[in-house]
Amino acid sequence: MASMLLNSMRTCPVIFEFSDVSVQTKSKKTLARPSVKNIVLVEGVRTPFLMSGTTYVSSFHWGLLHKTGIPKDAVDYIIYGTVIQEVKTSNVAREAALGAGFSDKIPAHTVTMACISSNQAMTSAVGMIAAGQCDAVVAGGVEFMSDVPIRHSRKMRKTMLSLNKAKTLGQRLGLIGSIRLAHLAPELPAVAEFSTAETMGHSADRLAAAFGVSRVEQDEFALRSHTLAKKAQDAGLLKDVISFKVPGRDIVSKDNGIRPSSMEQMAKLKPAFIKPHGTVTAANSSFLTDGASAVLIMSEEKALAMGYKPKAYLRDFVYVSQDPKDQLLLGPTYSTPKVLERAGLTMDDIDVFEFHEAFAGQIMANLKAMDSDWFAQTYMGRKSKVGTPPTEKFNLWGGSLSLGHPFGATGCRLVTTVAHRLQKEGGQYGLVAACAAGGQGHAMVIEAYPQ
Amino acid sequence: MAGVRALGVLSRLTSRRYALFTANSFRTFSVAPVMQARTHVDCEVKGDVAVIRMNDPNSKVNTLSIQMQKELTEVMDEVLANNAVQSAVLISTKPGCFIAGADINMIQGCGTAEEVTKLSQEGQRMFALVEKSPKPIVAAINGSCLGGGLEFAIACHYRIATKSRKTVLGTPEVMLGLLPGAGGTQRLPKMVGLPSAFDMMLTGRNIRADKAKKMGLIDRLVDTLGPGLKSPEDRTIEYLEEIAVDCARGIANKKISLHKEKGTMQKIQDYIMSFELVRNQIYKTVQGKVMKQSKGLYPAPLKIIECVKTGVEQGPVAGYLAESQNFGHLAKTSESAALIGLYHGQVACKKNRFGTPEREVKTLAILGAGLMGAGIAQVSVDKGMHTVLKDTTEAGLARGQQQVYKGLNDKTKKKSITSFERDSILSNLTGTLDYSSFEKADMVIEAVFEDINIKHAVLKEVEAVVPPHCIFASNTSALPIKDIAAASKRPDKVIGMHYFSPVDKMQLLEIITTDQTSNDTTASAVAVGLKQGKVIIVVGDGPGFYTTRCLAPILAEAIRVLQEGTDPKKLDGLTTSFGFPVGAATLIDEVGIDVAAHVAEDLGKAFGSRFGGGNVEVLKTMVEMDFKGRKSGKGCYIYQPGLKVKDINPEIEDILEKYKLTPNPAVSSDSDIQYRLITRFVNEALLCLQEGILNSPLEGDVGAVFGLGFPPCLGGPFRFVDSFGADKLVEKMRQYEAVYGSPFTPCQLLLDHAKDPSKKFFK
Repeated sequence: MASMLLNSMRTCPVIFEFSDVSVQTKSKKTLARPSVKNIVLVEGVRTPFLMSGTTYVSSFHWGLLHKTGIPKDAVDYIIYGTVIQEVKTSNVAREAALGAGFSDKIPAHTVTMACISSNQAMTSAVGMIAAGQCDAVVAGGVEFMSDVPIRHSRKMRKTMLSLNKAKTLGQRLGLIGSIRLAHLAPELPAVAEFSTAETMGHSADRLAAAFGVSRVEQDEFALRSHTLAKKAQDAGLLKDVISFKVPGRDIVSKDNGIRPSSMEQMAKLKPAFIKPHGTVTAANSSFLTDGASAVLIMSEEKALAMGYKPKAYLRDFVYVSQDPKDQLLLGPTYSTPKVLERAGLTMDDIDVFEFHEAFAGQIMANLKAMDSDWFAQTYMGRKSKVGTPPTEKFNLWGGSLSLGHPFGATGCRLVTTVAHRLQKEGGQYGLVAACAAGGQGHAMVIEAYPQ
Repeated sequence: MAGVRALGVLSRLTSRRYALFTANSFRTFSVAPVMQARTHVDCEVKGDVAVIRMNDPNSKVNTLSIQMQKELTEVMDEVLANNAVQSAVLISTKPGCFIAGADINMIQGCGTAEEVTKLSQEGQRMFALVEKSPKPIVAAINGSCLGGGLEFAIACHYRIATKSRKTVLGTPEVMLGLLPGAGGTQRLPKMVGLPSAFDMMLTGRNIRADKAKKMGLIDRLVDTLGPGLKSPEDRTIEYLEEIAVDCARGIANKKISLHKEKGTMQKIQDYIMSFELVRNQIYKTVQGKVMKQSKGLYPAPLKIIECVKTGVEQGPVAGYLAESQNFGHLAKTSESAALIGLYHGQVACKKNRFGTPEREVKTLAILGAGLMGAGIAQVSVDKGMHTVLKDTTEAGLARGQQQVYKGLNDKTKKKSITSFERDSILSNLTGTLDYSSFEKADMVIEAVFEDINIKHAVLKEVEAVVPPHCIFASNTSALPIKDIAAASKRPDKVIGMHYFSPVDKMQLLEIITTDQTSNDTTASAVAVGLKQGKVIIVVGDGPGFYTTRCLAPILAEAIRVLQEGTDPKKLDGLTTSFGFPVGAATLIDEVGIDVAAHVAEDLGKAFGSRFGGGNVEVLKTMVEMDFKGRKSGKGCYIYQPGLKVKDINPEIEDILEKYKLTPNPAVSSDSDIQYRLITRFVNEALLCLQEGILNSPLEGDVGAVFGLGFPPCLGGPFRFVDSFGADKLVEKMRQYEAVYGSPFTPCQLLLDHAKDPSKKFFK
């Protein structure tokens, strides 16, 4: 799947969107700085995000080869983000690149940073271009929750490893004899923090409770996400999605997790993590998703020299981290003010907000935290709150709750969506913010490319 | 031993003074302005649920004091009378404490057993009212829920508890020589079954919320919350209340059933328990265990068994009556007075009477990674102190670091910390072979070999590298601190910190100050000790300080007893049946024969014939033959790894034969041997107070019980003099003095007390 994206990266890079240019950009100063290279987003694509288990993808589509859209040597480097790694393809970026028919002379590496893995892939690319190492980098992310590696239990692994080392038949038989039924129970990877052993949903529920976010508020936000996603999908706004053919099945061309429901329906669900009094349910959480995404990032000169029309400038970005237990999902709260300060902007300057929606409760908690002077002063060491993004600018084309959240691939979707929304809505600045396991967070400022 | 350990667990019961009402301590509450304003309990009606909030304004914890009980009863009556209220929630707004128990002073304040029985019956009545209330009452527990607090909670219809580490449930009454006297002995067996109820009430141990849920003591668990729009503590209590209110409403509406589905194991257990034969067997087994552990010296556990048995076999009326009567009886026993005294002492010794030190110790360096050094590292590294452990050899350092790792790993196995926490704690430990990391040390504790020259050498080495504010503490058990400080450039920064082995198990820390030690140095050492979780006594300088000085005579006497032909097992039996957790012979092995010889010789030189008794040569011969006690595998006994049963070392019989003494039958009965041992200990302790080594009798008692295993049921040497009678003690000593001479000469302080019976160490 990832290689297919890379293909499309090569085949459909130059799409000029003249139809929407009628909307005028507001006149704001640009964030361009002398001595800092302008780095642009040329294109962003993704597969449809599919609920895990709905289409079983057994492996990457190594065989999909198309004619090259850009010269083979135009891409200098490939970076991919992923979270749950298949042991056999631990450097998934390289395998995908080769499979997609990129030149075997283009190096590729894989990064991982939980839910912001592809953000890390993109910012790594930005760093390489800024440092003058490369001019064009493909960055992306991929996640297959339908096929996660399931390990033998620790005891079994230990026995099997010792078995390798056993020299005599007696030793081997002894080891085999030591295997008990309990050894055979497999170990499923859990979305749990290593440091606290708490699952993310459990933490989100506690976070929502800490900020006094009610079940109704969460359900309303989830419903909003699904409704907006459906509208965007129907209106054909999700242009970053490219169709692909599932071997042995039909062509998939739409995200299949968008399901606007009713408040009554959602209210019927039982809490998924904290039972029986929790507030986080299956309906107000993002679901396990398969999917891949990719972006082509270039230095402005190179893009223009090659005849591309960039979509947006990638400007300042920050990474933050905090307590993985009680503030696991507060990344946006911490990263937003920090990135705005770096860019010299305020909340009012931002026209487009795209926050990663891990859980409706998490988003609501972040909004409340951003609106609290007490929290800013007590926990962030700031003088005052940063403020909340206005609803009319916030995640207008749906979010991870409705579109889905393939851990490694969400970042590129957010950035591409901001770029597309800036074009469509005529804004100048967009802000991406996301939280990630480990108590980490990320935010990036994106500036519209003059149309 | 159980007694000592038990006291250690005792956490939050408190003694506290009643503050008389003054105008500004009045807090008025919204509900009933006509009523007299309440200060401890507040009641708010949320819809059809009454929320009863407790908070004692005069104390760090809530106790079931007279005032609290009075206000609770009033509020309960209002709730029952209010037709708009369908259910109620009982919650504490005090962070970290639901109810920590009954007010000890209230019990101690009673003159007679009958008065205490009456108190117990009032408690029983109040909780019966709660239990029989037609409106369901939900106990929402955050923090310690102990003793009377737990009895209150189990009288409620439903219990919700937070998963906070501070949330612990337990019945620690037994550790104060009492029993759960407000229905606990009757309700607990019904709630958790006989075996668990006995376990809880007889050990007094604290049970964490998750375990309590599994036992059926708690119906629902609530997570603790992190920072939100309020502090984590405040918001957690609020969240707990929200859930409890919903829950109370659910019970009133019959949406939540109070009927618990019993598991298969529970059904099987209930079935088995329905046979009288089985129950009798349980009573017998438990009684046997208690007798074996307590040697019958502690009446409370036996009374607990009796109350439970009466309730189960003869019904609640007889059960509750037995409970209140036995409670009254126990409260007036000398054992209870001794244990409560120790408890007060322990609380007092957990405070820093020297004030807040100017500088907090953030980096602690320890010299010597032996058993002691590594033990000190183990109790420091998990308290947030950056700990540097230095040894001279790689092998020694590795052993020490392994000891620290093992200590933490055992905690992970018991699930009190996670493996992640273990690793992150260990990252605070730096092992080193040189002084390079000492530049940042705020305090250095040396645990090197007990030799004044080595101590001087390391002191000079340390002073050459550490910053000027750094404190040098010596973990010596007998060398006078002023002798060590003689080599120092800044004797005001030198202090003694005498830890007891094994450091992670023994609660006591004896801090020794010289005339030159500055107050800030002492304050800092006490602060570090408190952080390490120690009970601290601060004593003056002198050979053997306080604890070693008391230990030496009793060991000398024990050797004499051995020489007189009493075998080690018999000696152990005599001492343990007197209440010592460890027998005298075993104690010598634990201390180490070489150490004992060393101490006997040193103190013998310092104090002369008073420290005579057994022949030091016995110990020296044993050391020569490498019988150094447990650490070398052989001492009075033979120690084999993995074996709990130990046999007498046959070779020591030859040594004892060689140094055989003829016992004098006039002073060699079993009881005489016991008193020979105890009087020497007590006399020396009193001398320490007389000479000003000890600051107070309270510290003396705490040091003797927590450091040396003085029988907890006697409360310590000073309380023992009070309860046994100084005159009777002098009489015994004179009798032994006639045979053995000066070791048994009573000190002046003891004579003073004997002469004037109104003189008491404790009023």
